[in-house]
Amino acid sequence: MSAGTQWTADEMMSVAASRSLVDGTACFVGIGLPSQAANLARRTHAPGLVLIYESGTLGAKPDRLPLSIGDGILAETADSVITVPEVFNYWLQAGRIRTGFLSGAQLDRRGNINTTVIGEYGDPKVRLPGSGGAPEIAASCQEVTIVMRQSRRSFVDRLDFITSLGFGSGPGDRERFGLRGGGPLHVITDLGVLEPDPQDRELTLTAVHPGVEPEQAVEATGWPLRVAAEPARTPPPTATELDVLRRLTTS
Amino acid sequence: MAEIVELADGVAEVVRDGDEVAMEGFTHLIPFAAGHEVIRQHRRDLTLVRMTPDLIYDQVIGAGCAARLVFSWGGNPGVGSLHRFRDAVQHGWPRPLEIEEHSHAGMANRYAAGASGLPFAVLRGYRGTDLPAQTDTIKPITCPFTGEELTAVPALNPDVAIVHAQRADRAGNVQMWGITGIQKEAVLSASRSLVTVEEVVDELTPLPGAVVLPTWVVTAVAVARGGAAPSYAQGYYDRDNSAYQEWDAISRERDSFSAWLDGVRKVVA
Repeated sequence: MSAGTQWTADEMMSVAASRSLVDGTACFVGIGLPSQAANLARRTHAPGLVLIYESGTLGAKPDRLPLSIGDGILAETADSVITVPEVFNYWLQAGRIRTGFLSGAQLDRRGNINTTVIGEYGDPKVRLPGSGGAPEIAASCQEVTIVMRQSRRSFVDRLDFITSLGFGSGPGDRERFGLRGGGPLHVITDLGVLEPDPQDRELTLTAVHPGVEPEQAVEATGWPLRVAAEPARTPPPTATELDVLRRLTTS
Repeated sequence: MAEIVELADGVAEVVRDGDEVAMEGFTHLIPFAAGHEVIRQHRRDLTLVRMTPDLIYDQVIGAGCAARLVFSWGGNPGVGSLHRFRDAVQHGWPRPLEIEEHSHAGMANRYAAGASGLPFAVLRGYRGTDLPAQTDTIKPITCPFTGEELTAVPALNPDVAIVHAQRADRAGNVQMWGITGIQKEAVLSASRSLVTVEEVVDELTPLPGAVVLPTWVVTAVAVARGGAAPSYAQGYYDRDNSAYQEWDAISRERDSFSAWLDGVRKVVA
């Protein structure tokens, strides 16, 4: 918890991610922060949010945070449990899911993500888990929310490996590769919010969280981070948001 | 028709050295008991296929049974990294592990093609990523109707599929429910299959959403109570989350892993 606030940077990040979800829409959820944010949203401003976990649970309504994407609580509370090929083909690939949540070990200025390897692919310094569902979430969700802690180690000038495509090397790349989803809508970090520039798609700091100065975000970025003329200030977490989030994470 | 056998006999019958083996179960119904039996029987040079090579393949890889891994996500779900997998890929311990890496969508479609008797599957995927340059089973393909460029991946047709289900009847028909993942496709794509079950019952009561694998597509069924632990079997037991967290510590060092391995090898199935 930073001085003068009653919440942690991670809590602010979860709350900001939760607020970005729109009631009544479908959201592809992974374990960890995305699952926290989606379940917080469903208990606050978005009771009609449809949670889809890649294990095949469509419309899951867990009463606690699931331990993994295969947690029984998801199957027991889902509108429908479908097979894995169906999740990826009929629901994700066909563009039926509005929001996809992604994170990664490395992110670059155009919202491309690495979750595969640090170092050379054939001789890795660190072998990471790999693709999972991420490349197709990045390709086919109507919009993508990236949630990552901001640091020079993770917000890098050049990715070691492109696992999931944001805007590639710039405008036109998604169209050229035939990706039908809209790509990253924003990157929500522990310091603020970055959004792609409408012209050249480079991520730009458009908001900072309470108690954070834009310079801190610049300092925590491995490329010269663009800052909007007047970055917005994220409203602090409400008492309700914090209460619901803490109940979720401690249950 | 599936034979109902003891687990050790089932593994001995269907899994041979050098086989391509798919143990599936998408975080639910993971066939741990069968995987441990593969370790006990010292199988060698296996090509392991699995979308999420979580703890079970970390163990089989660490035991030195595998020469290759075909996969799409290698982590300890909800906990972190797979240390034995990483040690094999980064340092070749206990032996080098060749990898063939895909995405979940690619693997799911490869199994579906295999189950369908097709040579390959088509999907929107991989384009613009660095994976096609590393994996030669990812190729561009042009739609003959629209001219659109898509991606082709070859069918998976493993020698053996191993899955865990809640129950079977005495004729060897298998029933599973809850999150059924990719298990049906895995069994139908494979030449042989072994299904471990929590119990064998007189009659399979129909259940909403259940998948039934008829006895004539299954090679062998073996009772393995608790055979999916520490993952879970819906209707029988929950995931033992502490075991997943403890695995992080056990698997981190070669010594602690080797001690664990000695323990598994001493158990008689």
